Amino acid sequence: MAYRVTINGETREIDAPEDMPLLWVLRNELGMTGTKFGCGIGMCGACTVHLDGIATRSCSLPIGSIGDREVSTIEQLETTPVGRALQKAWLDDDVMQCGYCQAGQLMNATALLNNNPNPTAQEIENGMQGNICRCACYNRIHKAIAMVAEEGTENA
Amino acid sequence: MRDTATLNRGPELGRRSFLKVSALAGGGLALAATFPMAGKAATGAGASEISAFVSIAPDNSITIIGKNPEIGQGIKTMLPMLIAEELDADWDLVSIEQGDLNAAAYGPQLAGGSTATPMNWMPMRQAGATVRAMLIAAAAQRWGVDAASLTTEPSAVVHAASGRRATYGELASDAATQPVPNAQSLQLKDDADFRIIGRPIGGIDSPKIVRGEPIFGVDTQLPGMVYAAYERSPVFGARLVSADLDAAKAEPGVIDAFMVEGNGNIEQLVDGVAVISNNWWLANKARAKLNPQWDNGEWGDHSTAKYDADARRHMAEGTPEEVFASKGDVDAAFASAAGTLEAEYHYPFLAHVPMEPMNCTAQLSEDGSSMEMWAPVQLPGNGQAAVATYLGIPPENVTVHITRMGGGFGRRLNIDYMVQVAAIAKQMPGTPVQLIWSREDDVKTDFYRPAGWHKLRAAWDENGKLTGWGDHFITFALSASSFNPATMSATEFPANYVENLEFAQTKMRTSVPMGALRAPTSNAMAYVMQSFLDEVAHEQGRDLPTLLLDIVDGFEQEPGTFGFGGPAPGFAPERVRNVTNKVLDMSPWGEPAANGHAYGFGFYFSHMGYFAEVVEVSLNARNQVVVHNVWVAGDVGSHIINPFGAMNQVEGSVIDGIGQALQLAVEIEGGATKQSNFHNYQVPRMPMVPQIHVEFVKSDYAPTGLGEPALPPVIPALTNALHTLTGKRIRSLPIDTSLLV
Repeated sequence: MAYRVTINGETREIDAPEDMPLLWVLRNELGMTGTKFGCGIGMCGACTVHLDGIATRSCSLPIGSIGDREVSTIEQLETTPVGRALQKAWLDDDVMQCGYCQAGQLMNATALLNNNPNPTAQEIENGMQGNICRCACYNRIHKAIAMVAEEGTENA
Repeated sequence: MRDTATLNRGPELGRRSFLKVSALAGGGLALAATFPMAGKAATGAGASEISAFVSIAPDNSITIIGKNPEIGQGIKTMLPMLIAEELDADWDLVSIEQGDLNAAAYGPQLAGGSTATPMNWMPMRQAGATVRAMLIAAAAQRWGVDAASLTTEPSAVVHAASGRRATYGELASDAATQPVPNAQSLQLKDDADFRIIGRPIGGIDSPKIVRGEPIFGVDTQLPGMVYAAYERSPVFGARLVSADLDAAKAEPGVIDAFMVEGNGNIEQLVDGVAVISNNWWLANKARAKLNPQWDNGEWGDHSTAKYDADARRHMAEGTPEEVFASKGDVDAAFASAAGTLEAEYHYPFLAHVPMEPMNCTAQLSEDGSSMEMWAPVQLPGNGQAAVATYLGIPPENVTVHITRMGGGFGRRLNIDYMVQVAAIAKQMPGTPVQLIWSREDDVKTDFYRPAGWHKLRAAWDENGKLTGWGDHFITFALSASSFNPATMSATEFPANYVENLEFAQTKMRTSVPMGALRAPTSNAMAYVMQSFLDEVAHEQGRDLPTLLLDIVDGFEQEPGTFGFGGPAPGFAPERVRNVTNKVLDMSPWGEPAANGHAYGFGFYFSHMGYFAEVVEVSLNARNQVVVHNVWVAGDVGSHIINPFGAMNQVEGSVIDGIGQALQLAVEIEGGATKQSNFHNYQVPRMPMVPQIHVEFVKSDYAPTGLGEPALPPVIPALTNALHTLTGKRIRSLPIDTSLLV
């Protein structure tokens, strides 16, 4: 099947079976490898993208179900103020170890702050619990999100 | 015989190490090296060619090779920091490139055993100091002054008397013609002059990571590349009988499907079926049509239930296969003891589950004579050797590009996926192929942390001094293992501090593959030994830190050793005391805990690091264990090279250990792993993470690694805290909270 999907503001023509997950369209059909494969069953969050701004697990999202909703990925995160601020906080605080899950963590955190610019500590925990960091950089991820919530996005 | 001071300082560049500095085409300088300690690998790829380790360009930019594989331990940033420090480089002018496998040029290249820091602390600094000395010599010659009158500031040589100044870039071409100073004559910096060591520096690849740039193994893309999925038996040790290749080939997008015969070594290649497509998801999906038939041999009824029953029977029978450590008269010690205690402990198989599933990209040349690989691998030299042997070509014909890894934890010490992709690439010479495992493949075909069982006994005199110590260890006989983690050391603490000792073992047969999981053996032994010691302390009416310090009281430092990682200082009771006292001091140990809370203590020495930890726990309304705080005191020597990376490693280790204690186990049923993905192998998530308070105790030893040693003691600290809270002992992991009420 041929699909037209808007990804990072660009309309892409994709020829793939309708049940192919967006993750594998991005990675193997379009060569966009920023979005990561971690579990394939929506349990780890490494593959998180935004679908009309909502954090979505691309490993469990069939290409045929996207329709005219807009996909955005880690590759364009820095074009958004919240995304840019989080990227900066991630670097300032040296959040990561291996870094493999961090694209998904950043996409999820961006959606979290877009929905709730001033989350409580509990709301950050709840909002991020779907994203596994096997290196367990959790305290740093938490702190970086809280810092952006507190300081805002103006300096990013 | 090496003296204690030498052993404490760690390895240095030897007289047989060879440094060469040459001019770069177009100006500038390049430092190359050959490392005799590379040993076997030095005869492999690139032995005759010398690669630049450090280079300085006329524009004053510096490029340093990150030689070791990066698995998230921060080594790609940290080793170049050591070079840059003694080079007195401006860190902002330094860029780091990942080196390919070339042990002749870079020395040992591996990620494992927390070995990189002790192995490289002096050699990397000496490499940097060599270049700095030559830059100074070049300036001295240019200005006609004595080299001793010159100093450096970041990336420049300065003559204070005349106010002259030249950047490294301006001097580099001249420096390349200076004689290379002898490693022993190099003047290294005083600690007070460090500008880079001890400074928190962010990961060199982090800016790329937050932008989603392709730097991991699985991000490798090559023109014409195809993807492979690999179907293997869920039962360990099974052989492939048949598969419906035509059915798989009929699936959408499938290019090919073929059988692969194992080479008889479970650490390298087991029977399976490869499915090839231009899209990995399509290849993986078509596996469902293969209908493979397996011959499970004798292994189809193996299970953890069977292993547990057999182990319990062995412990009850008390007739071990062999005694592997013995001294004094244990029976007499127990007969004359003022007090004795006996207990059985157990811990399960564990999986590694790094976030990036196993993968490797390979391209065999059209004529089959040479192989190129892009490998996320902790032991690239082992992978190169195994692939070369499998293909029947010389190791130097196997080029290995080391990629960044999405975690290792010891899983990528095994190189099975490299041989697997080599076997697949062999069927399609000239075509690049990327093998990717599903998460299910990863969980179900790991090299697991071995399960183990211990029947422990302790005897002490009227003063509480340990007089007898024994263990009947039930473990597994491994059919193949380049590193056998199903073992226990003959000197397992407190063996060297008890006069009468007997360590015995019985090995059970299995086909379950086993390997090293972060802090191998220690992650299990710390739990068993420090929990049982806590039982002894409790029985004696005192606490574990008091007993621990009593056990080592009056002892001198043990003799050092010279092992794989170079010289290693002996176990030092003073360092045990220092970290124990530190953690008791920084935590509320000894004070009443909050209502419904309790503290526990654990200590462990592993990978040359000393760690004492205090855990604060409670049980919530649903009877779940809540860890509130963990206090960590560690001694890894004289310096914390990169505080960012160090804190990250300690925090990660602590959370990793808590996850193992609370909720992780791999079970075997019908000869196969029952768990399959993150829904039933539940690694820690953000809500369960405690506050972690870390302090390092500095000591007069060369710095050692932090990838592992903070993990082991958190587990007994947690189980010991639960005993204080509930009066119940945790003698089996993961913790069964139904036993706590």
